Amino acid sequence: MSLRSNVLDLRKRKKEVQKGGGDKAIEKQVKMGKLTARERILALLDKNSFHEYDLFVEHAAKDFGMEGKTLHGDGVIIGTGTIYDKPVCIFAQDFTVAGGSLGLMHARKITKIMDHALKMRVPLIGINDSGGARIQEGVNSLAGYGEIFFRNTLASGVIPQISVILGPCAGGAVYSPALTDFVFVVENISKMFITGPSVVKSVLGEEVSMEELGGAKVHAEVTGNAHFYAETEMECFDQIKTLISFIPRSNLKKALPHKPKAPLKGVKVEDIVPADPRIPYDMRDVLKSITDGSEFFEVMERFAPNIIVGFGRMNGETVGFVANQPMVLAGVLDIDSSDKAARFIRYCDAFNIPIVTMEDLPGYLPGVDQEHAGVIRHGAKILYAYSEATVPKITVIVRKAYGGGYIAMNSRHLRADFVFAWPTAEIAVMGPEGAANIVFRKEIAEAENPEEMRQQKIEEYKEKFANPYVAAAQGYIDEVIEPSETRARILHALQVSENKSASMPAKKHGIPPF
Amino acid sequence: MAEEKELKNLVIQGAVYKTTYTKRFENRVKYVTPDPNELYSFIPGTIIDLFVKTKQKVKEGETLLLLEAMKMENQVRMPFDGEIVKIHVKKGEVIPNRHLMIEIKPTK
Repeated sequence: MSLRSNVLDLRKRKKEVQKGGGDKAIEKQVKMGKLTARERILALLDKNSFHEYDLFVEHAAKDFGMEGKTLHGDGVIIGTGTIYDKPVCIFAQDFTVAGGSLGLMHARKITKIMDHALKMRVPLIGINDSGGARIQEGVNSLAGYGEIFFRNTLASGVIPQISVILGPCAGGAVYSPALTDFVFVVENISKMFITGPSVVKSVLGEEVSMEELGGAKVHAEVTGNAHFYAETEMECFDQIKTLISFIPRSNLKKALPHKPKAPLKGVKVEDIVPADPRIPYDMRDVLKSITDGSEFFEVMERFAPNIIVGFGRMNGETVGFVANQPMVLAGVLDIDSSDKAARFIRYCDAFNIPIVTMEDLPGYLPGVDQEHAGVIRHGAKILYAYSEATVPKITVIVRKAYGGGYIAMNSRHLRADFVFAWPTAEIAVMGPEGAANIVFRKEIAEAENPEEMRQQKIEEYKEKFANPYVAAAQGYIDEVIEPSETRARILHALQVSENKSASMPAKKHGIPPF
Repeated sequence: MAEEKELKNLVIQGAVYKTTYTKRFENRVKYVTPDPNELYSFIPGTIIDLFVKTKQKVKEGETLLLLEAMKMENQVRMPFDGEIVKIHVKKGEVIPNRHLMIEIKPTK
């Protein structure tokens, strides 16, 4: 045989395996409105950048008639490539091969690329589209999942881990995405649950469709398991690329700077916010008035919308924003919003991304449901996350900052590096209405006209305490600024913080209120 | 997204804020103090046996019914000495969680 014929033989073998589950299975995949695993990788990565490994791996099942079967690549594609010219490791489960079911060799391929990503300190992207464990492989299949979860945990906070749910992801398999940093879902395609609709029905008698139980919208809006929601796979890939452009390659690096841009003209921050703290506005407009190019890339947009988290750039550098949203539930902190913000803060801290907090909240949400569902321990997460974060931390108090909410939202007391307040800021133990009722209870009760007295006392309290100057007099606020100065002050604070050195006491790890 | 919604009132510490609600907030279950005389299901399942009748006197700890759920037979027992006031379930009936099964009253 000549070298030439060897090469031809290799090409033939590759071509055969690259067909995955074959024409019929591919046709089925297309009918479900899904791209194939290979198409997905090629659509996501830079053109001609993908290199595949373990193409010729075969499954290891010996029982239940599996020994005679070939499963191309054992139902998963792994490899490396680039996004915007920066390297990533990637795996994509191939639903056309035995339903993307996870057997021993399938798992070994995934863990191989995970080890690679961790060793090389590059982001890992996992595309999930699998019917679950390969039952014929029994406990080897479970072992495979365990090895993946373990590596997800090892890699957590070291390299970015991105999970893309493009098909079913059921049973134990859901825990790999749950352990990663960002989960992407697509309408009508993503399905995630621990037990499917049929089990729910047979055991509990509850009728529910797959979409209602664990569809894309459910995870984006109700459970908070998903961070990004898209209508189509292509839109989802665009979101992933945008995210990659904002985050660093590993915890040893900083996010790559982009060309600095001014915010769009015509977005005037002082025109957005009403002075009356009880009247809402869209905090996203405030964020867009200060970020480069007025661009803001929101994370978990549909879940707990009373708090906003996401990325923007200031003078070309990535910044993580955490902001109360007065437009929804007056911007209160509650269980879901605390959980959402705390996780994002920890992400930013792990990956050297400065945090800018825009504050306007009346406090924590009252209610039996909140108390019984554990708002104490969940609310504590945000305090923990801000306190332990050592990246530059800047706070701008826009209007209300009452009570526990004031402390929680990156106050000086949790070691904020810079605290700015607008002249509209009200930093107080509670709002004037609540405070007047308590402080002047006797005067109000004994007054000839209690309602009139109450209003008078509310005004009195407002005058005296509902402003930024009491806190400024204590040094809890560094500077009271004009709204139009916000961007310039943040830019300067970021510049000063560039070489910030802060650390936590030596410890194995803390015990955050999970 | 938020702009399209109608503004509603949210009262926090005496102040009335104009804002929008989330689905979760709108669907929150209003808290009701539990009535010790009403026995509710604590898990969805099937009533596989019923041992008591209306007006029957029952001692504390006696089994009233069997609720099968998650492959387990759960014995629902009388919490105190008393009487069966009303039975809301039938043998063989599949019931959801938090479903009123039996009303009882204590012996005076």
